[in-house]
Amino acid sequence: MTLGGWVVMLLSVGGVTAWFSWCVYQVLHEPGATRKMHSQIDIDTRDRG
Amino acid sequence: MAQPNTQKESWGTQIGVILAVTGSAVGLGNFLRFPGLAAQYEGGAFMIPYFVALLVLGVPLAWAEWAMGRLGGSRGFNSTPGIYRAIWPNRASPYIGVLGMIVPVVIYMYYVLIESWCLAYAYYFLDGSMAELGKKAALPGGGFNKQIYIDFFNSFTGSLENGALTAAGGWAPLAFLAVCFAINFWLIYRGLSKGIEKFCLWAMPALIVCAALVLVRVLTLPNVTEGLGFMWNPRTENVGFVQSLMNPEMWLAATGQIFFSLSVGFGIIITYASYLKKDDDIALSSLTSCAGNEFCEVALGGMITIPAAFLFLGAAQVTAASGSAFNLGFNTLPMVFESMPLGRAAGFLFFFLLFLAAVTSSISMLQPAIALLEEGLGLNRRSSATLLGFVTLMGTGFLFYFSKNSVALDTFDFWIGTFCIYLLALFQTLLFGWVLGIDRGMAEIDRGAKVRVPRVVGYLLKYVSPAYLSIIFLSWFYKQATVQEGNRFVAIFKDPTVAMAVVFIALVAGLFLLLIGQSVRRWNQHREAQT
Repeated sequence: MTLGGWVVMLLSVGGVTAWFSWCVYQVLHEPGATRKMHSQIDIDTRDRG
Repeated sequence: MAQPNTQKESWGTQIGVILAVTGSAVGLGNFLRFPGLAAQYEGGAFMIPYFVALLVLGVPLAWAEWAMGRLGGSRGFNSTPGIYRAIWPNRASPYIGVLGMIVPVVIYMYYVLIESWCLAYAYYFLDGSMAELGKKAALPGGGFNKQIYIDFFNSFTGSLENGALTAAGGWAPLAFLAVCFAINFWLIYRGLSKGIEKFCLWAMPALIVCAALVLVRVLTLPNVTEGLGFMWNPRTENVGFVQSLMNPEMWLAATGQIFFSLSVGFGIIITYASYLKKDDDIALSSLTSCAGNEFCEVALGGMITIPAAFLFLGAAQVTAASGSAFNLGFNTLPMVFESMPLGRAAGFLFFFLLFLAAVTSSISMLQPAIALLEEGLGLNRRSSATLLGFVTLMGTGFLFYFSKNSVALDTFDFWIGTFCIYLLALFQTLLFGWVLGIDRGMAEIDRGAKVRVPRVVGYLLKYVSPAYLSIIFLSWFYKQATVQEGNRFVAIFKDPTVAMAVVFIALVAGLFLLLIGQSVRRWNQHREAQT
């Protein structure tokens, strides 16, 4: 592992971890976020028939 | 009377939303496809186009898709052809939406096959078969005979010969595939429900915890820094670093992986977004989904599989472009689990949780086509799912039979999972930036948003993203026109399996073009009846 490799790895892994942590913080501290946030898993397509 | 613990309930709901949003994106691409591709293009060099594509294309285009989908939904359309027609009232627009049909449907055909491999490996860890394999593979001086694991995988997937899985009389691959198909369509018939959502809410954190434990094991392997160096050092074995960055196929592959992993340019996000309410958030939802996906992909998937593959398989084997990008994990991870305490339990848990993550992705892949059949042809969900079941069974059956060296799977994965996703993403950036316009588009993203999206994203989508995509596309075409080796077009004429796979894709596209044509006629009749 070269110095460049360590830099790339720490920036990449650290970057995505920090980014995800920031998003989690926003969700936890944004009022009403949970009522308005959705994903494919929980979106109701309203076509059961 | 005691008051209910609203603080605890609130925390649980918030964590649940984060897990649902992240879980929607996490799947086979994070733990299998990404490591396989990064290894093929020698890690460190691959990560640069990967992150550039993530920031310039992936995240902005995810926002754009959510916005266009919700807008199309507010105008009464849930299918990609319908949404495109609503945004761009042009005769061609619904037919360009065929990409939003064939991308998810054809990817489903091979995704469910790989899903069955995950289920099978989980079963083999549980019933002790993997432990027996480990004993056979153990070398006297320590380490493993990797060929034992590679031969097992090749035998299970029929890599040695076309028709190997049907000729040998072995029941196992077909049985696991049948179970996967049945589970997928049972869930699709029922529609996603709160039960599935709650089930995923414990499966996601369990997968992350399991992956973290495996990561700890990998990072404690002897000489692991060599494996990490293979992944992260900005160099390649054969050419210089700058020259390696001039490979347009690598830029195409990295961009394709971003799209595949984030489900952007898939037709899925735009369909599901159409069911949202006007004031639902799309900015923070999308951003959190992308962030969670990238955490699982780069910090877990990439850190686990590639270093382990380098250490157990060796650089030459890892970089050899053999079979599909998905194969690397299946060849490598069993050796990792064999070398760790409670490896049998960890191996079962990891592959089973990966199977669950894959199921939540695969069942969402058919919703775009279901939406078209429902709103375009007036079919109900059951009829739509039955028709799709037949079409996808043909495709998966084709891949099951033509299994030699995973050529057919790799052909589907390239032409649909990279090339067509690319085309669809390019069209969507143009639709958002030049047809809808960045003022209206950004206003749509801002509506109900829980975070403020920077204005520069609009200019990125209008000017930078189309230019970026076009340059890579043209460079790739130029390289394809000037080289024979690895030429995807030449392969169509040289390899009968590749030719048949491309013809099959064309037939599926033809079918959906007919369905779209019928849908357009029906929409026009409906509009005339209303005026």
